[in-house]
Amino acid sequence: MLRESGVSRDADLIDALVGITPGSFLDAIRARRPEARAHAQATYRALFSPETPGSVTAQERFAAGTFVAGLHGATAIAVCYAARLAESGGPAALREAVDAAIKEAKTHGPYGSYPAGPLSREDIAGPVYRVGAVTRRTLGPRLAAAFEHAHMLVFHPRDATPAALQALLDAGWSTTDIVTLSQIVAFLSFQIRVVTGLRALAGHP
Amino acid sequence: MIPTAFTRAQLDWLPWLEPLAVDAMTERHMASLVDAARVKSPYFRLLARDPDALEARTRTDKDIFYNPDAGLPRAERELAAAATSRFNGCLYCASVHSRHAATYSKREADVQRLLDAGVTADLGERWNAIVAASVALTATPSAFGPEHVDRLRRAGLDDLAIADVIHAAAFFNWANRLMLSLGEPAVTAAP
Repeated sequence: MLRESGVSRDADLIDALVGITPGSFLDAIRARRPEARAHAQATYRALFSPETPGSVTAQERFAAGTFVAGLHGATAIAVCYAARLAESGGPAALREAVDAAIKEAKTHGPYGSYPAGPLSREDIAGPVYRVGAVTRRTLGPRLAAAFEHAHMLVFHPRDATPAALQALLDAGWSTTDIVTLSQIVAFLSFQIRVVTGLRALAGHP
Repeated sequence: MIPTAFTRAQLDWLPWLEPLAVDAMTERHMASLVDAARVKSPYFRLLARDPDALEARTRTDKDIFYNPDAGLPRAERELAAAATSRFNGCLYCASVHSRHAATYSKREADVQRLLDAGVTADLGERWNAIVAASVALTATPSAFGPEHVDRLRRAGLDDLAIADVIHAAAFFNWANRLMLSLGEPAVTAAP
C-alpha cells in the first residue's frame, strides 16, 4: 500500500529511495550482496518498528530519523521519515519543531578536535548545537537532548565525550535507550550514503 | 593511555556506558553477537542491549566486507573503511582496518602514508580514486557525484566494485559514529 511518502511500508527502503526496480542493473548489483541488502532492511525494521519497542517511542525514533536525514540535506529521505512520524501519531506541532531544529542545526562536517598531540593541527572548529528555546518547548527535554547528541554524531563525532552521554542519561534516556538512539543516528548515516552513492551510480551508467 | 596519532598497532576500546554482564545475557543477546567469541568484546556486549539492531548491523557488515563474489578485492574494501575512519577521525576503527588493508594488499607503506599524511596522501591513482570517493561520500552533506563514479571506472572498477566502495564507506559512517561516541581507544598495555 502506498503511503503519503510514496514508499510502501514493507518495501525495501533503500531500493525505494534509490528508485531501484526489479530487473534493473542496480537490482542485479544489490542481489550480489543479498545479506547486506536484507539486513540493511532488517536494521531499519529493528530500529523503527521493533518487535520489543522498549522505552524509546515510535515518535522519538521517527523524529530522530527525520532530523538526521534533514541534517544531511537528504530531502526525499527526510520526507519519508516525516511521513512515518505523522503516521505514528506525531502532531503537526512536533513535525514543525523537527523542521525548525533542522534549520537551526544544519552545517557541514566532519569537524572536531583530536586528543591533544600531533593530530591537534588537524582540529577543525565548528558549532556545538543547542536546541533553541522555542523549539525546545515543543520537543521537550528528552527529544531536545537526543537532537543535540544526534547533531554531534552527524557533524563532529570525534568530539564525543562521556559528558555527552551523561546529558542523555540526565534527560531520561536509559543506557539501553542510548544504544538504540546511537544506532538510529549511525544507521541513518549509512542508509543515506548508500542511497546517495547508488543514485549517483544509477544516474551514470 | 589514549592514543594521540593514527596507528596500525592493536588498540583496546574502553566503553563509557556499562556493557551487559556476560552472566546477565539471555539467549537472544548471545545470538545477536553472531560470532560467540565476541562475548569477550565490551563494544559488542554494549550494543547487545539492542540485540535486533546489533544482529542486523553485524550481518550487513559481514556481507559488505567478506562476500567473496567478485566486486572490489577485500584489501580495497578495507582501504575504503580505513579512509572513511581517517577522515571522520576514528582512531580505533582506522587502526583495525588499516591493519587489514595492509595485510591483504601487502602495501604497508601506502597504508601507513594514509594514516600519517591523511586522505590527500598520494597512494597511486587506483587507491587515490577509492579514497577520494570514500571521503566525498563521508562529508556531510555528501559530496559524492558522477565525477567520482567516472574516476573509479577509469581506475578499472566495474559497477559491482563501485557499489562495494559505496557500501564500505557508508558502513564506516555507521561504525565510526558508534565507536567514537560510546567509548574511547586506549593504547594496549605492554605485556
